[in-house]
Amino acid sequence: MADNSKQQEKKESLSRRKFLKSSGIAVGGLAVGGALGSLLPFKDKKTNNPVVKNQQVAENYNLALMYFTREQFKMVEAATERIFPADDNGPGAKELGVAYFIDHQLSGDWGFNSREYMQPPFFKGEKVQGYQGRLRRREIFDIGLRELQNHSLTKYKKNFVELSEEEQDDILTDFAEDKVNLTTLSPSGFFNMLRSSTLEGVYSDPLYSGNRNMDGWKMRNYPGSQMAYTEVIDKEFTVIPPKSLKDHLGH
Amino acid sequence: MAKTLPKVDVVIVGVGWAGGIIAAELTKQGLNCVGLERGKERKTEDYFMMHDELRYALRYDMMQSLSKETITFRGNERIRALPMRQYGSFLIGEGLGGSGVHWNGQNYRFLPYDFEIRSKTIERYGEKKIPQDMTIQDWGITYDELEPYFDKFEKMAGISGEENPLAGKRSSPYPTPPMKTTPALEKFRKAANKLKLHPYNRPSANLSEPYTNPDGVSRAACQYCAYCERFGCEYGAKADPVVTVIPVAKKTGKFEIRTHSNVRRVLKSGNKATGVMYVDTTTGEEIEQPADIVVLTSYVFNNVRLLLQSGIGRPYDPVTGSGVIGKNYAYQVQKGNATGFFEKEEFNTYAGAGALGMVVDDFNGDNFDHSNLNFIHGGSIAISQTGLRPISNNKVPKGTPTWGKEFKANSIKYANRVLSVGGQGASMPFKHHYLDLDPTYKDEFGDPLIRITYDFEEQDRQLAKFLSDRCVDIMKEMGADKIESMEELGPYDITTYQSTHNTGGIIMGADPSTSAVNNYMQMWDADNIFVVGATAFAHNSGYNPTGTVGAFAYRAAEGILTYRQKGGILA
Ligand SMILES: Cc1cc2nc3c(=O)[nH]c(=O)nc-3n(C[C@H](O)[C@H](O)[C@H](O)COP(=O)(O)OP(=O)(O)OC[C@H]3O[C@@H](n4cnc5c(N)ncnc54)[C@H](O)[C@@H]3O)c2cc1C
Ligand code: SF4
Repeated sequence: MADNSKQQEKKESLSRRKFLKSSGIAVGGLAVGGALGSLLPFKDKKTNNPVVKNQQVAENYNLALMYFTREQFKMVEAATERIFPADDNGPGAKELGVAYFIDHQLSGDWGFNSREYMQPPFFKGEKVQGYQGRLRRREIFDIGLRELQNHSLTKYKKNFVELSEEEQDDILTDFAEDKVNLTTLSPSGFFNMLRSSTLEGVYSDPLYSGNRNMDGWKMRNYPGSQMAYTEVIDKEFTVIPPKSLKDHLGH
Repeated sequence: MAKTLPKVDVVIVGVGWAGGIIAAELTKQGLNCVGLERGKERKTEDYFMMHDELRYALRYDMMQSLSKETITFRGNERIRALPMRQYGSFLIGEGLGGSGVHWNGQNYRFLPYDFEIRSKTIERYGEKKIPQDMTIQDWGITYDELEPYFDKFEKMAGISGEENPLAGKRSSPYPTPPMKTTPALEKFRKAANKLKLHPYNRPSANLSEPYTNPDGVSRAACQYCAYCERFGCEYGAKADPVVTVIPVAKKTGKFEIRTHSNVRRVLKSGNKATGVMYVDTTTGEEIEQPADIVVLTSYVFNNVRLLLQSGIGRPYDPVTGSGVIGKNYAYQVQKGNATGFFEKEEFNTYAGAGALGMVVDDFNGDNFDHSNLNFIHGGSIAISQTGLRPISNNKVPKGTPTWGKEFKANSIKYANRVLSVGGQGASMPFKHHYLDLDPTYKDEFGDPLIRITYDFEEQDRQLAKFLSDRCVDIMKEMGADKIESMEELGPYDITTYQSTHNTGGIIMGADPSTSAVNNYMQMWDADNIFVVGATAFAHNSGYNPTGTVGAFAYRAAEGILTYRQKGGILA
């Protein structure tokens, strides 16, 4: 891994402004590349933006629920933490804000499957034909969480969130391996959705309320949303401090 | 009911690569063209917040919304076809520039062998080599005849590359030098050389340096930003129709683009098209656009759907093998690959570009002896450095659980320690692989969806395993500590992304009884309809399709200009 001063150098050499100066973007003929057009206003924003300071101290009003009940939220927080737990590498799903991420996602297009084909008739298909259910993701979460709770109560006589870590793992394993009998949905289907949305919450841009403080990225040395890697692309492994989409607006 | 507009010379349905090229070439010669595009306008400046894996790579923000239209799929005729409700296997482009905006830019020419596959197979191995239901046929054109059009496309797009010793002859070198070589690519090159293979830098539509093309369009160099496939390029460095051919067409003043215009029918009188009917999706209004010439460039699925729905051409019948519209649907055999885990090394795999890679063609086409093999053709084998984004890339060694403590630890440990080498296998057509209209499921207007009947065959299983073993050979030589590879191909699965390399359905050829279009993409059955795109491929090669689609588009444009003067069937 590169040492700190070297990283700092890298960071600077990769900055947008430097890039503009050094890239030698060709202008002439019918210039339609758009690079100049799109990069220049950016620079102006950076120097003229008066709200930068205020934003640093502002409350994070996003930490509220758009879809889940409090109880559902707590369950999702606990379950996703088992999927991606805190350890020596760094924070787990809970601290990264994954449950907020999932809540916010369910409240929009994704939760309603609104960009997917949901027309009838519905028939059970072959596995290779993909999801053929009529339930939308928010309904799947409602039912899946209810069943998670039921299964915990049946097996351990306790709410899911009150179980020990081992017991929670056991309950989740039953879902992952289809060892629970459900009529309305596939237990492993629900578990897989929980798992994939956990990874999304850990590693998507912090703008979506997960990956808090870009810690998901930092753990695996992922540089996030950089403009360019021309300086490192042909070099040995280099650690670059991450940037988020927010950085693209100049704060 | 429908409003009828004044007639134009040419109406183009769908403004992606094929539509954009046709528009540029025809308007330069003074023809009045209208481009109808169902999606929205796009420009490079829209891509400011592009580096967003969730929105673009996982929620498919640039793709067609499946809520409006999708395809149905079944493995064979005994199974009920069901709609692809969510994206998986391939993605459908929408909006100005089509998929050309969010492609990777890996740009190949098909091999000379591809265009004469049937004759060459029989010549070398005898007729018995071709399985009974495999419907390979020659394309009615040779590589040498197509070469000038490949050249034209590459110069327009500014393809960066280095000569591939095992490909067809080139009339001129690549317009720009190859992209940078990374340590991972260098490893591949060395390993391939040791194995006496012929590695070369992948031909790339991500520019290696600033470039001005013959149309006077200047573009910037690629910044290896790693947000290429499924994203638009904020630098305009990736060749796409919006930064290349469309502005050239627009500048002539002869190209009118109407976005939010969804074409539902090709209108006809006798055996000629009279124009198209489309819906302005912002108002719901039905509009007729009369034209002398109709060009379909709406990608494979809609090219076929529009013809079938409009009752144009002879629909394919899988029982008798007669008819041509919907025939020879093919895909790609993408799963033969090997993944290497490196304990002592980390790589900048977070960085990359859509077309950054190193390739060998020693096992592609007929570049190797198939006498003792149970398949024909082959595939390119490559290492790609497209940039591994963190949600989608969490490779862990076999035996690691898929979640929990150990999963987390290993996924983080190996985040920058995994390289993979993959084969892109050719897909041969079979009598029972085809496209037709679904009897049950409808799009947003109540028109039938297109139905795919397709599965992998024994040929594909053998090929995938063969490629996978070759990938392992290379990975071993690259020094990976642990190697995992595809063991068995399994059935074709619509749920996992493989490639958006769907081909066939309106194939070209020299014989009207076995092909739908001639080698100018002109329909045998309606001489003023040209169908341009990978629909024309009679099988799919071991490469990505767009270089060849681009060449066909230039060829078609030339044909249309000739037709405009002389009329009649061209070939
Ligand atoms: C994620 C991804 C990565 C890819 N990477 C590569 C690669 O690296 N190399 C390669 O060679 N190929 C690649 N491809 C494939 C490549 O994008 C296509 O081969 C190419 O774009 C096809 O061009 P086209 O003009 O035929 O169709 P498209 O680009 O799909 O354009 C068709 C246009 O028609 C419009 N349309 C469709 N139906 C209608 C209608 N009824 N009315 C009006 N408009 C309509 C669509 O909205 C679309 O804009 C990739 C594709 C995808 C999706
Ligand atoms: S990798 Fe290169 S071509 Fe692709 S989007 Fe980034 S800058 Fe553009």
